[in-house]
Amino acid sequence: MPIEVFFAIEVAINGLMAGVMYALVALGFVLIFKASGIFNFAQGVMALFAALTLVGLQTGQIPFAHLINAIFGTRMHHFGWDLPTIVAIIGTMAVMVLLAFLVERLVLKHLVNQEPIILFMATIGLAYLLEGLGDVMWGAEVKQLDVGLPQGASVWIGDTTYALFGYDFFIDKLALWAAGIAAVLVIGLTLFSQYTRQGRALRAVADDHQAALSVGISLRAIWVLTWSIAGFVALVAGIMWGASSGVQFSLSLIALKALPVLILGGFTSIPGAIVGGLIIGVGEKLFDFFFQPIVGGATENWFAYMLALVFLLFRPQGLFGEKIIERV
Amino acid sequence: MKTTHFAAALAVGMTAAAPALAELHFPSLSYRTGPFAPGGIPFADGYSDYLTLINERDGGIGGVRIRQSECETAYNTERGVECYQGLRGEDPLVLQPLSTGITYQLIPRTMQDQIPMHTMGYGRTSAVNGEVFNWTFNYPANYWDGASVIINYLLEENDGSLDDKKIALLYHNSAFGREPIPTLTRLSEREGFELLTIGVDSPGQQQSSQWLQIRRERPDYVIMWGWGVMNSTAIQEAANIRFPMENFIGVWWSGSEQDVIPVGAGAHGYKALAMHGTGRDYPVYDDLQTYVVDRGLAAGTGGELGTVNYSRGMYAAMLAVEAAKVAQEIHGVGQITPAMMRDGMANLVITEELMESLGLPGFGPAFEVDCTNHGGTGAAMIQQWDANAREWNLITDWILPDRELIMEMVMEDSLAYAAENDITPTCLDRSGG
Repeated sequence: MPIEVFFAIEVAINGLMAGVMYALVALGFVLIFKASGIFNFAQGVMALFAALTLVGLQTGQIPFAHLINAIFGTRMHHFGWDLPTIVAIIGTMAVMVLLAFLVERLVLKHLVNQEPIILFMATIGLAYLLEGLGDVMWGAEVKQLDVGLPQGASVWIGDTTYALFGYDFFIDKLALWAAGIAAVLVIGLTLFSQYTRQGRALRAVADDHQAALSVGISLRAIWVLTWSIAGFVALVAGIMWGASSGVQFSLSLIALKALPVLILGGFTSIPGAIVGGLIIGVGEKLFDFFFQPIVGGATENWFAYMLALVFLLFRPQGLFGEKIIERV
Repeated sequence: MKTTHFAAALAVGMTAAAPALAELHFPSLSYRTGPFAPGGIPFADGYSDYLTLINERDGGIGGVRIRQSECETAYNTERGVECYQGLRGEDPLVLQPLSTGITYQLIPRTMQDQIPMHTMGYGRTSAVNGEVFNWTFNYPANYWDGASVIINYLLEENDGSLDDKKIALLYHNSAFGREPIPTLTRLSEREGFELLTIGVDSPGQQQSSQWLQIRRERPDYVIMWGWGVMNSTAIQEAANIRFPMENFIGVWWSGSEQDVIPVGAGAHGYKALAMHGTGRDYPVYDDLQTYVVDRGLAAGTGGELGTVNYSRGMYAAMLAVEAAKVAQEIHGVGQITPAMMRDGMANLVITEELMESLGLPGFGPAFEVDCTNHGGTGAAMIQQWDANAREWNLITDWILPDRELIMEMVMEDSLAYAAENDITPTCLDRSGG
């Protein structure tokens, strides 16, 4: 087989891996949209905030240190101890649950029955608020995130493929871990929604708010639960993206990568987020591979949106989204 | 940090409300928010802290105190232009946009409003021609100089020949990232190396396809023209495919601590251009500690002293202050205008003795500015990252670019700009002269 074919396959496999990373972000959007009909613009910033909090807890950083020092003239920055990764992850999750509680109390509760655009605008405000809060709490400098995940080329895959095909395929170990974690996450979310009481309540609210309320399901409790789960997904996305390029404020822009995934996969489907992510990942990488010599590269940002737009023309609800039928 | 800024903003507001006093206004178009903030914050802090030092230690410039103001651009061209519109009526002595995109937008506006602009190591390269770009200065080095310095360094490393070598340029897909392409194309034709250009969309968090291409093409060297998260992602990807780090060289905007620390040990050996020294081994830092940080007047935490981007901001402020001194000397007044400041910049002479007297021996190159050359010598050094010691080490002395070629390109580009914009190239007379 010509080497160009192997290379195209390698690009496609790496596209799949990139797609998993996009899907991780898209999942958070889907969860909140399904449960409350809100397009959560703050999902990317939640990933950033979770990653910042994780590094801060891990490295024993004092939250709001700059503010405290500016007010009291002190020079405190660190507690002087490091937390084990697992403890820091649990601590971060607690912060994300608290955040979910506050969002419900301070934002959603006051906007019940408002138009979806109002709720969307509220999440835009929340995004900027969280970004500022992250800056004040943990500082704006770039941080190294090390949770013990391996990185770099998988030697085993390289050696095996070389022995079989005479071409050593490159696959990043971190991307393989991301794929595994995404699979566990999707299975976990599916089991949770199918086999637990809270999961069933969550699905009931997603199907019909009024009917769910009439059987005694607390809408507010479900919202806290949904935002907490979205916070957990944001933490996972923040870890995977932060481990590959450091934790910095550009992390919030990963949300832009999730939008074409959502358009393609549908806003209400967890499998849609995964499949959409994979299609976008493979599509943009292969397009770049084939057309880079003609258009000069740097096609990834616009190609993803172009692909999503083409899908919109033929399937406005996305691949797995629910078809909206309004009767008059 | 935010509180400090609030207090500073309040102080500025109070100053503005007070009766008019003699003061020299040095604004800063900074970006402390957004995806590029990690690079923008230390630059802005270094710029501000040096100006604070001049006020605290020397009582200002020539006895006239400095007034600082800051406008947030978020590295966004539209916001940068908005900042300019707000500042232009406040007699800003010199603008430092810290963005090539903003610079391109401000060049015609500053020409019209007669406000000097300093774009150190960024912006429109052909602004070197001061006969066309009377109000824009880009000393001590520009992008084309940087590209040429890297090639000269590689020539040195390869016994004077790059024949049959393959060099990849990994660039940020923006006006900034595309700047070195013409220079490298010309140099590739002259020196016989093959040039491969690979673009990365902003912000550059996903580069797997670009690095697969690099893995397939197997270039001998990779040159990076990146900023922000693109840099750390590229260095991580290079480490992932086991690209030899000593053959990976970034421009000066790809050579700060923020670019390498997130990658950890994988970044060991990575190289970058340096247009100035780094580290705290310069006497000026003692003064900054004593007069600024210890007095609680630092713009940031005070912990950034000596880091690359902080040093660059400090260097930009130092060059602005020295130009203001020249302007005061030329015109015999303390309270200078923007037009007078331009005269100071156009006649700036930086010597090794001057650098030593400022507490910065060997920190930057010696150079002279005149009407036909607003760009200095273009010299730069190469620094290499030591991941174990977590520090940059300078591994060369100052390397000069191929100024003959650069000036040829500068003349082509600047004269084309002059023709398009109906400008007659000429040296400006001194203000009031």
